[in-house]
Amino acid sequence: MVTVNLWSGLRRFTDGELAIQVEAQTIGDMLDALVGKYPGLGPIFEDGISVAIDGDVMPADTSKSISPENEIFLLQQMKGG
Amino acid sequence: MSKVHVSTTVNGEAVEFLADTRDSLLDSLRDSLGLTGTKEGCGTGDCGACSVRVDGTLVCSCLMLGVEAQGKEIETIEGMASGDTLHPLQQKFIEHAALQCGFCTPGILVASKALLEKNPDPTEEEVRYWLAGNLCRCTGYDKIIRAVMDAAEEMRGAA
Amino acid sequence: MAKDTNTSDFRYIGSRPARPDGLDKVTGRARYGADIAAANMLHAAVLRSPHAHARIVKIDTSKVEALKGVKAIVTRADFPTGLTGEDWDLQENTMAGERALYDGHAVAAIAATSPHIARDAVKLIEVEYEILPHVIDVDDAMADGAPVIREGAANKTVPEGMHPNVVKYIEFGHGDVEDGFAKADLVMERHYKTEATHQGYIEPHACMAQLGADGKGEMWVCTQGHWYIRRMCAAVLGLDTAQLRVTASEIGGGFGGKTTIFMEPLALALSRKSGGRPVKLVMSRSEVLRATGPTASASMDVKIGMTKDGMLTAGVANFRMQGGAFPGSPVDMALYCAFAPYQVPALQHIGYDVLANRPKCAAYRAPGSPMGAFAVESLIDEMATELGLDPMQVRMKNGSKSGDQSSYGPKFGVIGLEETLAATQAHPNLSFPLGPNQGRGIAAGYWFNHGGETSVSVALSEDGTVQVSVGTPDIGGSRASMALMAAETLGIPYENVRVNIAETGSLGVNEPTHGSRATFASGKAMHGALTQAINEMCRRAAGKWKIDPEAVEWKDGAAVPAGPNAGQFPPMTIQEIARKMKNTGGPISGHHESVPDGVGDSFGAHVVDVEVDPETGHTKILRYLVVQDAGRAIHPSYVEGQYQGGAVQGIGWALNEEYVYDDMGRLQNPIFLDYRVPVASDLPMIDTVIVEVPNPGHPFGVRGVGETGITPPLPAIANAVAAATGVRIRHLPITPTKLLAAIKAK
Repeated sequence: MVTVNLWSGLRRFTDGELAIQVEAQTIGDMLDALVGKYPGLGPIFEDGISVAIDGDVMPADTSKSISPENEIFLLQQMKGG
Repeated sequence: MSKVHVSTTVNGEAVEFLADTRDSLLDSLRDSLGLTGTKEGCGTGDCGACSVRVDGTLVCSCLMLGVEAQGKEIETIEGMASGDTLHPLQQKFIEHAALQCGFCTPGILVASKALLEKNPDPTEEEVRYWLAGNLCRCTGYDKIIRAVMDAAEEMRGAA
Repeated sequence: MAKDTNTSDFRYIGSRPARPDGLDKVTGRARYGADIAAANMLHAAVLRSPHAHARIVKIDTSKVEALKGVKAIVTRADFPTGLTGEDWDLQENTMAGERALYDGHAVAAIAATSPHIARDAVKLIEVEYEILPHVIDVDDAMADGAPVIREGAANKTVPEGMHPNVVKYIEFGHGDVEDGFAKADLVMERHYKTEATHQGYIEPHACMAQLGADGKGEMWVCTQGHWYIRRMCAAVLGLDTAQLRVTASEIGGGFGGKTTIFMEPLALALSRKSGGRPVKLVMSRSEVLRATGPTASASMDVKIGMTKDGMLTAGVANFRMQGGAFPGSPVDMALYCAFAPYQVPALQHIGYDVLANRPKCAAYRAPGSPMGAFAVESLIDEMATELGLDPMQVRMKNGSKSGDQSSYGPKFGVIGLEETLAATQAHPNLSFPLGPNQGRGIAAGYWFNHGGETSVSVALSEDGTVQVSVGTPDIGGSRASMALMAAETLGIPYENVRVNIAETGSLGVNEPTHGSRATFASGKAMHGALTQAINEMCRRAAGKWKIDPEAVEWKDGAAVPAGPNAGQFPPMTIQEIARKMKNTGGPISGHHESVPDGVGDSFGAHVVDVEVDPETGHTKILRYLVVQDAGRAIHPSYVEGQYQGGAVQGIGWALNEEYVYDDMGRLQNPIFLDYRVPVASDLPMIDTVIVEVPNPGHPFGVRGVGETGITPPLPAIANAVAAATGVRIRHLPITPTKLLAAIKAK
């Protein structure tokens, strides 16, 4: 089980939960599992998100493996200039 | 409307071209003579990227007409080096990393050369005010000023 | 540790050789976007809306069609339909559909045999507009009764009941802010505003495009990212992506503004309509300011709690930003960065992305971060002053350290804020005596930096020199940094490496040179590609020596036995391997594709001394210091250049630059005379200190440096002006008129 931290604005789609545990081996599985649990998250994820794994911020790479030891945060998609 | 035949000297060479009466000197240099080193940044004489010398005077070529080149002596960035030998200003710009994107560089080099011909020992303030008509958005001007002052010192030493 | 000499660990990295493209750029030979011509070429011109918001009732091109020299006319009708999401936004911005959404919005385009004919022709197009009410200011655009720019553009994040112009909502934070404020000795809440500014690159957008009826096209364009341009043009025009080949010219500045398309599809569409002739399209300066992508304007409320000895206890930030008539203002990143330099036990961030009748914003150097820093750093400074505390000490007391939880959620990796603040405090500029009407301001700033899709290849030439193909255009000297890293990795001279910016047909997808990623991401991928090539070269040597490839290693430009047990063989140089490669297995190359992780954040601190003329309100910069963590400065001159350039853009933003609109919503200052960027006589030398806290995520410790530098100037200057005059300006820019009025009102 990995713990995924969401931003507080998503509370209304997750019955108030912000640290959600799901069963997943990859980022792709994790996102699918989150949407499976809280379908309201689907359109948010489709618009694009970034993921921070142990502080490393990156666009969501669905094949990337994750493990229970990782600190995982979801963030709005980041771009540079 | 027919074009005007213009005969002029550019970087010491006699050239001729046809100018639409609405072509700026900048347009003529770039499009009729293929000398694309001089750049257009604004078209209104505010950025200095189009700086050239006309009979020794530093001008914004976007503010002159191509037909006005008739009988004049024009110097552009392409004439600054002598064959393989760079002008000290060009050399110092490379050494001091006084360019990042390089777009303003031709105009600033032409303007700096004009300054040093007029005043071989300028103060930092004099260099800054002389170059106030040449915009640079990348460097913050610091390394440009250092390069010009260093080139001036080298040119005084060689004189 | 501050950098002052070559790091002795490296042979090439940290030195200051001439950049490879230096000769081309000081002689005028380098070719930028507009420095191209082709046989049979046409010239394009664009008709743009003079109205901020108007229904396009009718476009009549009949007078133009007959004009001699006009070879193609394009309107929205020439574009495919059915796009959605960001692609629809791009298409709608490229050419207006039912409505013109801002002053300068493209309505039609012409290609003709000369630029004069094209511009004359554009004036003959008759457009019937029905003018609609418009809205310019971000807070006005959210208010009841504001003109609706687009129904249904809000995404699912926006709560019920907000004005349709609010298209995105973000909320995040941690801790209990009410509890935090209760613990504070001083709580202050202030309102801040910043205006839209433009990246101000001196080179206007320019391209030459050619597109045939078979859907195959070519384009030459000045851009920070030619794969993005390719994908976007293909989407907007309904082309197959791989059939469009885009070459990046040299680029005369970008700063984020050239990471996206504005007029490029118009040139392609005109080319196809003219029967496949090449079409050159160069924007004028006023077109650039009116119709490319300035940054957002911001209206921000910040509330902070501080104890009497300067510890931050809580913070609330409510930011509203307009990014033009399309979603995309950087309000989220502004919020992520706003408190990032500090450890605050309780934080709440709320943000709104709002539409307005203004051009579609594009990224501008650390998008969002300068605005957020302006608000938070100004307030922290005001509170420190109120409590009689040293502003530098307050930063240091609350400063984020490696491994701390960031204000936006995840833990920081290895960061260098502490070292940066220490180096700032130790700098002699902080003890320079100040005279009357003079004041000193300091501020910190932050940018995450970025990895992104990267694809690099390298190849060995027959004589042992090496070519490197990257996809990140060279905006500020990155070819030099790539060549230094390659030289270091291979152990060959810097001059033996040629770095090329490859066109889209030669490499996999590359993200643009943005997000301060070129040296980091292209450099890291190049290291991977070189490692692959080195392994192959070792394998060739092993083959000749008849030993196991595992027993061969690479040292100082040659394959050598990995230890005395491997055998006694003299080093096989790269030249020797290259000379023989066609007989030992063929060409030797390497490639690497990734979305690299291990990005290193960059923190900076600036110190500025100003003098304000009490009679004119003019602010003069006396001294300016930039201290910033580069991780490892590959070519220190170009790192210094990024620090200085970012600082000066920030100075312009703080003191002069803003978009000025009239009551018809028309931009009043679309030329450089009136959109006043800093000039040489405005400034002193910009002092720099490169701090190096290496980033463990990069083979040489690199952190991106290009963006952080524009963030601290906005608050540092506001703080310096406050110190000089006792007046706090909370609405940028701090123009002489505004400052004088505030001084008089005091």
